[in-house]
Amino acid sequence: MSTSTTAVLDTPRGVEEHAATRLKYRSQAVAKPYFIAAIGLFFGQIVFGLIMGLQYVIGDFLFPEIPFNVARMVHTNLLIVWLLFGFMGAGYYLIPEESERELHSPKLAIITFWVFLVAGALTIVGYLSVPYATLAKLTHNEILPTMGREFLEQPTITKVGIVLVALSFLYNLSMTVLSGRKTSVSLVMMLGLWGLAIFFLFSFYNPTNLVLDKYFWWYVVHLWVEGVWELIMGAMLAFVLIKVTGVDREVVEKWLYVIIAMTLISGIIGTGHHYYWIGTPGYWQWWGSIFSAIEPIPFFMMTLFSFNMVNRRRREHPNKAAVLWALGTGVMAFLGAGVWGFLHTLAPVNYLTHGTQLTAAHGHMAFYGAYAMVVITMISYTMPKLRGREANSRGAQKLEMVSFWLMTLAMVAITLFLTAAGYVQVSLQRMGTTPMPFMVAQDHAATYYWLREASGVVFFIGLALYIISFFVKGKTDEAAH
Amino acid sequence: MNQSVTLSASANPREVPGDLAMWFFILAELLVFGVFFLAYGYARAHDPATFVAGQRQLALGVPTVNTLLLIAGSASVSAAVRAFVLDRQRTARRLLWLTVALGMGFVVLKCGEFAGKFAAGITLSSDTFWMFYLSLTFFHFLHVILGMVIIGAVAVYARDGRYRPGQLAGVETAAAYWHMVDLVWVVLFALVYVAR
Repeated sequence: MSTSTTAVLDTPRGVEEHAATRLKYRSQAVAKPYFIAAIGLFFGQIVFGLIMGLQYVIGDFLFPEIPFNVARMVHTNLLIVWLLFGFMGAGYYLIPEESERELHSPKLAIITFWVFLVAGALTIVGYLSVPYATLAKLTHNEILPTMGREFLEQPTITKVGIVLVALSFLYNLSMTVLSGRKTSVSLVMMLGLWGLAIFFLFSFYNPTNLVLDKYFWWYVVHLWVEGVWELIMGAMLAFVLIKVTGVDREVVEKWLYVIIAMTLISGIIGTGHHYYWIGTPGYWQWWGSIFSAIEPIPFFMMTLFSFNMVNRRRREHPNKAAVLWALGTGVMAFLGAGVWGFLHTLAPVNYLTHGTQLTAAHGHMAFYGAYAMVVITMISYTMPKLRGREANSRGAQKLEMVSFWLMTLAMVAITLFLTAAGYVQVSLQRMGTTPMPFMVAQDHAATYYWLREASGVVFFIGLALYIISFFVKGKTDEAAH
Repeated sequence: MNQSVTLSASANPREVPGDLAMWFFILAELLVFGVFFLAYGYARAHDPATFVAGQRQLALGVPTVNTLLLIAGSASVSAAVRAFVLDRQRTARRLLWLTVALGMGFVVLKCGEFAGKFAAGITLSSDTFWMFYLSLTFFHFLHVILGMVIIGAVAVYARDGRYRPGQLAGVETAAAYWHMVDLVWVVLFALVYVAR
C-alpha cells in the first residue's frame, strides 16, 4: 500500500473515535497496550542496566538487596520480554493490515496481553524478592528442571505460560493470515514468529551432559537472535518502509526475500561460532568461522535496503521520526550485529576474546541496533495512528528525534568503552607470559566502566525524553503526499 | 512488475538478464563459497601434507564426468533460453528438463561418491582435508538440488506459454542461478580434486 488509506468505522466512541479513523482495521488497536508495556519494561531494563553498570565499579552497591547476578538477570530478561511485547504488538498491528481483514479475535489478544504482563511481572518480582534457589523451590523446578541457564532463568511455570501466550498469539495471527490476503511481509513475519515459538521449546530440554546442554541452549539463544528474529525484523522494517516511502511493494518484497535467504544461509550454520570451546567436534571452528563471517551481509543489505527505499520514496510522510528510526535501525544493526559481531567471530580471535567485555559490547549494540530500534521504529510509526493521527506534532517529533540521537550516540559510546575494556581484559588477562587474574585485570578497566556508566546515564535521559515525547501536544503536520 | 528491478536482457542489453534480486543472491552465494575457498587455501598452506594425502585418495574419473554433466546442463539451459527467445516453446521446455536430468546424473554420481567415502570411515572429524572435502562438496550438492528445483519449476510454469520473447525474466533468472552452480563446481573441482 503506498497511500495511507483510512477507514471511518461505524460506532467509535470518545478517544477511540480518533484512533478508529486512522486505523484501517479497528482490531489493530489491540497493539497499543503491547507497545505501552514494551516501553515500560524497556524503562525498567535501563534502570537495572544503570544499577549493574555501577556495580562494575562499586562492587557492593545495593548489596545484598540486589546482587549483581540478580540485576543482570532482570536486565536481560526485561530486554527479552519487552522485545517480545514489541514483536507481538507489531504482529497484531501488521497482520490485519497486510491480510486486509480484522484480527481473528481481538478479545483473545487482550486476554493474552494481561496473562503475559502479569506472568512477566510476577517473575521479575520473584527474582527480586527471594533468592533464586528459593524461587526454584517455590515454583517446583524439580518437576521439570529448566532453570539456572543464562537468559532462560524463568521458572518452568513461566516458560509454560510463555508457550501458551505464544500459541494463542500465533493462533490468532495465523487464522487472520489464512483467511485474508497473503503478502511476503506477512508470510516472513509469520515464519519468524512461528520459528521464535518453536525454538523456544528447546528451553524445556535440559540434558545433564553439559556439552549437550550448551549445544541446545544455543538453539534458543542463537537461532532466535541470529535466525528467526531477523525475519521478524526484516518484515517489520519492510512494513514500515512500504508505508512511509510509498515504494512499490514488489521492490520491497524482493529485498526482503534476498535478505532472509542470506540470513538463513549464514545464520543457521553460523551457530557454530558458539561451539568453538564447549566440547563439540573441531569442524565447528571452521564452519562457525566461515558461515558467521557471512552474517554481516544480510545486515548490510538491510542498511542498503532502508536507504534505498527512502531515497526512492514516492511520498513525504509526515512522520519524520519513524523514517529516522527506520534508517537508524539499518545502520546500527549492521554496526552492532554485523561489524561488532565479526570482530570476534573467527575462531582464532575468539580463542582470546570469548566471554569478555568485547562480547558485552557486541551484545549491547546488536540488541539495541537490531531489535530495540526496529520495535521503536514500529512504535514510532503506529503509535500516532493508534492515538488518532497520521503523525505526531512537530514538537513531539522533534523531541523524539532528540531522544533518538541521545540514545543512539550513548549506545555507540557504551559499545566503544566496553570494547576498550574488552581490549584491556584480553591483553592483561589472556595474553602475555604472566596473565593477570580476572578481578585484577578488571580493576585496570575501571575508567572505561565509569565512562560506560556515564554513557548509560545519557541513554537513560534519551529514553526519558522519548517517553516524554508521547505527552507533547501541538499542531500536527499532516502534509502527506 | 517494476522495470528497474526485473528486465529481460533482450529488452535492454545494458541490464543484467533475469531478476536483479537473483544477481544479488548469486553474488552473496559466490561470496560464501569464496570465503570457503579462501579458508581451504589457508588451511592447505598450513598443512599441505594432510591435504596431499587426502587428495591422493580421490579418484578423478567420476568428478570429471560430473564436471561435464554440469557444463552440459549449463549449455542446455542456455539453449533453452535461446529457444524461448525464438518462441520454440516445446524445444525450450525439453531443454529445461534435459538440464534437470543432467543435474540428476550429477546427484546420483555424487551420492555414490559420498557413500564410498562414508563406507571407508571418512567423517568430518577425520582430518582437516576431509572436513573441507565433505563440507564443500555437500554444500555445493545442496545448491545443485536447489538449482534443479528452480529449473524444474520454470519448466512446469512454462507449460502455459508464459515465457515469450521479451518476457523471459523468469527463465533467465533460473539459468543465471544454474550457471552459478556450474561455475562454483568448476572452481571446486580444480581446487579440491585437481590442484595437488
